[in-house]
Amino acid sequence: MTDTKKIMIVGVGGQGTLLASRILGNTVINEGYDVKLSEVHGMSQRGGSVVTYVKYSQKVYSPIIGKGEADIILAFELLEAYRALPYLKKGGKIIVNTQQINPMPVITGAADYPVEIETKIAASADLIAVDALSLAKEAGNIKAVNVVLIGMLAKSSEIEKESWLQTIKTTVPPKFLEVNLKAFELGYNH
Amino acid sequence: MKKLLLGNAAVARGAYEAGVNVVSSYPGTPSTEITEEIAKFEEVYAEWAPNEKVAAEVAIGAAIAGGRAMSCCKHVGLNVMADPVFTVSYIGVNGGLVFCVADDPGKHSSQNEQDSRHYAEAAKIPMLEPADSAECKEFTKQAFALSEQFDTPVFLRLSTRVSHSQSLVELCEREDVPVREYQKDIAKNVMMPGNAIKKHVVVEKRTEDLKALAETTAINVVEDNGAKIGIITAGIAYMYAKEALGNKANFLKLGMVYPLPEKLISDFAAKCDKVFVIEELDPVLENYCKSIGVEVIGKDAFTMLGEYTPAMIAKAVLGEEAPACAAIEEAIPARPPVMCPSCPHRGTFYVLKKLGLTVSGDIGCYTLGAVAPLASVDTTICMGASVSAALGMAKVKGSDFNKKLVSVIGDSTFIHSGITGLIDIVYNKGANTVIILDNSITGMTGHQDNPTTGKTIRGEATKQVDLIKLAQSVGIEHVVVADPFDVKNFEAVVKAEVERDEPSVIIAQRPCALLKGVKYEGKCHISEECRKCKLCMKLGCPAISLKGDAVEIDTTQCNGCGLCMNVCPFKAIKKEEK
Repeated sequence: MTDTKKIMIVGVGGQGTLLASRILGNTVINEGYDVKLSEVHGMSQRGGSVVTYVKYSQKVYSPIIGKGEADIILAFELLEAYRALPYLKKGGKIIVNTQQINPMPVITGAADYPVEIETKIAASADLIAVDALSLAKEAGNIKAVNVVLIGMLAKSSEIEKESWLQTIKTTVPPKFLEVNLKAFELGYNH
Repeated sequence: MKKLLLGNAAVARGAYEAGVNVVSSYPGTPSTEITEEIAKFEEVYAEWAPNEKVAAEVAIGAAIAGGRAMSCCKHVGLNVMADPVFTVSYIGVNGGLVFCVADDPGKHSSQNEQDSRHYAEAAKIPMLEPADSAECKEFTKQAFALSEQFDTPVFLRLSTRVSHSQSLVELCEREDVPVREYQKDIAKNVMMPGNAIKKHVVVEKRTEDLKALAETTAINVVEDNGAKIGIITAGIAYMYAKEALGNKANFLKLGMVYPLPEKLISDFAAKCDKVFVIEELDPVLENYCKSIGVEVIGKDAFTMLGEYTPAMIAKAVLGEEAPACAAIEEAIPARPPVMCPSCPHRGTFYVLKKLGLTVSGDIGCYTLGAVAPLASVDTTICMGASVSAALGMAKVKGSDFNKKLVSVIGDSTFIHSGITGLIDIVYNKGANTVIILDNSITGMTGHQDNPTTGKTIRGEATKQVDLIKLAQSVGIEHVVVADPFDVKNFEAVVKAEVERDEPSVIIAQRPCALLKGVKYEGKCHISEECRKCKLCMKLGCPAISLKGDAVEIDTTQCNGCGLCMNVCPFKAIKKEEK
């Protein structure tokens, strides 16, 4: 592979985007790629917009992804998917959890949550929408939204399913493994 | 074995492999994980110190005694540790001594965007700057070697994107570095004028020797691609430039950003038609190039603000436009960080806002008390300033103003540098009210123990600083503990304490919502008894929002803390039946 694969994971602080990016990162190194992940820690994690970049190739330099560059965006929340849209490359794919979390300006009434976001995204991108929250509930824990979405990403990737499962087994604490494996399957088979 | 490591974890790994003996730090994003990772190595003594100055001094003592030592901080933490740092530059070391400082271009989690490279020249201390995790590990090891070779402390400078990016690192064994012998040496280790005058001469000579090293060291790399454009750069900016320009430019990548190699830079520039200096924040490299007569383009083409991107560099250097991308045709709401659902600080700020008080704020999650709808905090300056700045306010505005004024400061921040301000209040006859937000942990940086939690960095039980006794011992006669979720009582306590003509301390006690073991039963919901007064909306809880005319609680976000139930005047908010 000469081109660098660029994946952006966006969401709201506290949704578990970091675990998702780490599962992705460790899966691609096991495939023998050079990989860089850029994470957000600190204040933004407190319910703010969070963005993680994952890039892999034979050799990766910059850990960040610019506008118009991302091959895939994995969005944990609808508004955050919309916000990240300019980062998607032409013809790129965007996997969106349709869950809506109101940001503070919407809560206080200073702004409205945009309407018909899915339609607007679909106008310029290959959109896959999913109610990952319901699937996570079905798996047994609403916090497993991140692994449901990883399952969906796995389905869209060129990497073998077994390789993803292997990373999940080594990344997720044992007592949550069963729920997360179920969440992965629900996402993968969606 | 190769492993995917965070830049910070790679620094920790480098220090471990270099045989480091002692690491003392105070948490600060983006540097925190270095010391957390170090603490996982049993061979190393690691600790959280009460503040960065203490941390640096612990490391300095360890180095003078003959061990390898490190202290890590964020850029503003370096301001706190600057005093000992400038003088240990004169003393030098025995065992290797490294100060690791992480800058935050883009201010992801900081109150300013200072460029710590200025400290290297000011303190006459060499500074290394890695660009990815592999270099983080390697440069840390080199920093220890350099420190002992040149009898100097060494700075390791990181930035957020280096600290918080993960990339592959080859792991090696820990070097066996015996602790060196300690010998009394007054001329070296006692910095009084007579000795310092002589040591200053040594420091200037050392800088000259380091300049000579900078000319030849393998840490400064020339990458000649036979191009006409030359790029002088360091750290993460190299990665951006390399991605943007590939082989269309020659690169001088400086691993050592102080002191700089005059001849290497001049020779590199002479072979290029046009030379750009690419560095985030201040024109440190650029100004040096210009000072030695090398013509470069720097901040004329690049900003001093925030982070750079490869696209920005491709545009400035090659005139290439970024790829086309989708545009969003409408203004979309921002999503600033907020206090978590069931955050104990929410109760405090709700009361302070209701009482219309002036709030002298501090550094921590509770800085978010400045954000709407609570919008309660008036000032945020630096660690500890909530207490001392409030004394200044009261002294200039008088007693009536002081009775509408409080300071708010977290437990860890209070220990860091709030206690000295409180002593100032007592000593200089202030009558301020200080609210210590005791949430049982250092919250913002991701849950580090501190002297008030009764646990060490490794979770071992230790003596716990008693905030009540501490306040009393410096002369505060009125210390009240109150629960910020018991809104009615908390309000009464604040009202009573600010009215006093004597200083007082309120300890707002309730644990951080994210702490393990903090669990509330059930979920809250709005019942039919709601009269739509929207008072609960004033809490700024992310779980409560307006759907049309009706207030709604999002059960996926609600933790069931019940603060909204305490605020509702009509008892219309209920806990969900199990």
